[in-house]
Amino acid sequence: MNDNPNAVAMNSKDFMSWSTGVIDDILRATMAKKAIDKLMLPFWNWSQRNSMYPLHFGLACCALEMAASAGPRWDTERLGIIYRSSPRQCDILLLNGWISKKVRPALRRLYEQMPAPKWVVAMGECSISGGPWYDCYNVVQGGDTFLPVDIYIPGCPPRPEALIDGFLKLQKKIRAEAKGPFLED
Amino acid sequence: MAEMWVNMGPQHPFNHGLWNLRVLMDGETIRYAEPVLGYLHRGWEKSMENRTYPQIIPLSDRLCYGSSMSWSHLYCLTIEELMDIEVPERAEYIRVIMLELQRIISHLLWMMAFGTDMGNLTVMLYVVRERELFLDLMQSVTGARMTYNFPRIGGVRNDLPPDFERDCMRVLDHYQNKLDDIEKLCDGSKIFMMRTEDLGIVKPRDAVNMGLTGPNLRASNVDVDLRRDDPYSVYEEFDYEVCTHDACDTYARYRVRMDEMRESCDIVRQAFEKIPDGPVRAKAPRNAPKRSAVARVEDPRGEGMMYVVGDGTDKPYRLSVRSPVFVYVSAANHMLKGHKIADVPAIMGSIDMCLGEVDR
Amino acid sequence: MAEINACSGNMTGVEIADALSKEFPEGLTITSFAPKRIYAQAGKEIFLDIVKFMKDELDFDHSSLVSGMDMGDRIQAIHHLTSYRNNCCLIEIVVDLDRDNPEIDSITPLYEGANYTERETYDMLGIVFKGHPNLKRIFLPEDTQFYPLRKDFKLKEGP
Repeated sequence: MNDNPNAVAMNSKDFMSWSTGVIDDILRATMAKKAIDKLMLPFWNWSQRNSMYPLHFGLACCALEMAASAGPRWDTERLGIIYRSSPRQCDILLLNGWISKKVRPALRRLYEQMPAPKWVVAMGECSISGGPWYDCYNVVQGGDTFLPVDIYIPGCPPRPEALIDGFLKLQKKIRAEAKGPFLED
Repeated sequence: MAEMWVNMGPQHPFNHGLWNLRVLMDGETIRYAEPVLGYLHRGWEKSMENRTYPQIIPLSDRLCYGSSMSWSHLYCLTIEELMDIEVPERAEYIRVIMLELQRIISHLLWMMAFGTDMGNLTVMLYVVRERELFLDLMQSVTGARMTYNFPRIGGVRNDLPPDFERDCMRVLDHYQNKLDDIEKLCDGSKIFMMRTEDLGIVKPRDAVNMGLTGPNLRASNVDVDLRRDDPYSVYEEFDYEVCTHDACDTYARYRVRMDEMRESCDIVRQAFEKIPDGPVRAKAPRNAPKRSAVARVEDPRGEGMMYVVGDGTDKPYRLSVRSPVFVYVSAANHMLKGHKIADVPAIMGSIDMCLGEVDR
Repeated sequence: MAEINACSGNMTGVEIADALSKEFPEGLTITSFAPKRIYAQAGKEIFLDIVKFMKDELDFDHSSLVSGMDMGDRIQAIHHLTSYRNNCCLIEIVVDLDRDNPEIDSITPLYEGANYTERETYDMLGIVFKGHPNLKRIFLPEDTQFYPLRKDFKLKEGP
């Protein structure tokens, strides 16, 4: 914004963006960013994909299969998947059920409340493309019309094994994305 | 003290299903509770006017996904009433077996959610383990774990597999022992008892006036069960007790459902003794006559009812659904007023809500 | 011992139909009946009197379903009431309403359980229930202009 900013005269928002810019420049100039990324990337990536925390949010029928997958028989906790109630503590938004026009802004808000890195998994036909409710006036025809979906799990409802398979594919995707702690490509 | 509106929902760990409960609080006490619905509304009744009668069967499963066999059976019952079809006796017995197994599965699902609400996570794990055994049974007959698509207009889709009776008896014997363990976990827990006794009291007159049905009504000391009083299918042939409780509180609703699970095991055993041989499906016409029909069943959650109007074609002119939980949600204010906010999961959880049928 | 008991049935469908025909000789037509079912059609003016009579005299204490239907030239309101004490007898009352101005008396003051079902019928069909304590839309947003279950609201045909 200013060429010669006077740090004392700034308000807090401007100070934050100026100081972040300065630190960024220093790190980039001294190649420290690249070094940290290269060193930490394997460890960061390993921890991201082995501790995926989905949001404990059930929309409709597929939520029952999500609950069954967390039970003793198909234990998802052994993969590191623990359902958390607050979106601020989650990595994955699991869309399990048909999305109505009334819940669409709430879902968007939940997605924006989740801190990066985050992924969206569409579980079941309804969140992939509207499902059996193709002609309903109140159903959004697919979660990918307003959210960036990473994994699609087909089924109506998908079995718990299919849900776990979807999570394993997401692990492969996270490994391939290879984003370090600074989250830059 | 200033009063404050708090939104419990639509994303909340304890509101089973997608709805919003706005409570007006004075400190910790609830002054007024207002449910906000519509987050799962898909216009089911309107969409079904675009589908043929057999196409609606799997979609009626998705009305209340916690007890989907019950709703697709109700739909088939209504259409059989409309088209005046007589269902073969073997099919009726198979339907009763499936319905009672579904009742156990639905009550176990409720217990899973209720145990989590009370903070008793061990109960949740025990219950999910037992529920998996019943889902295996359902899978061996219908091929699916949840939305079965099994009843057909005029009967059922297929006959029971050859070893089903042996497997079913094994599961029921194992389960009736485990049910004692699960009850001990709850009844023996002082915290559970303190959180459920004398909470959410609904007197019998109020319960009838507010439209409560099913286990919630029987927990308020009203002896009504549509399987005995307005019998459908072959329920007249069975000998079972209707479970009521006179405490009218949350603990009574828990107790009624536990007792009902035991009675369901009994009914399934009697059905296997009495089941005759024969065909499992009758022929149904393609077009419906120009009349209306109504049918109702004792759903695990209450009184479910469907009203259909045929117009001579192969699609319904109007298909209307009565959902029991829709009426319970309207009683939320009466049940919650005066209680603390921490009691909301206990009281609303004891009603057994499944939002698919509420919003339709 | 349960306070309200469905086994203490005293009147059958025939007797209830007789009592109703005697009390309301005109304005109420009983189209058919079976041991636990009565199907009737009523006029809009005496509808609330019929329901009050059924609640006070004939022990119909439960409102099972309130719905409606668009018949093209008119809109029908369909009420189902159950009597627990009379062996769960079910009565269906159909009332014809004017298409341009569908209004009928609300039964919520008598049966609190009809509160949400009447709101849903208002939301889906536009039937106004006079005397309802809180007649607002319940599923669709407040400012929705259409009533989905009316026949002039068409859905899209294929996927």
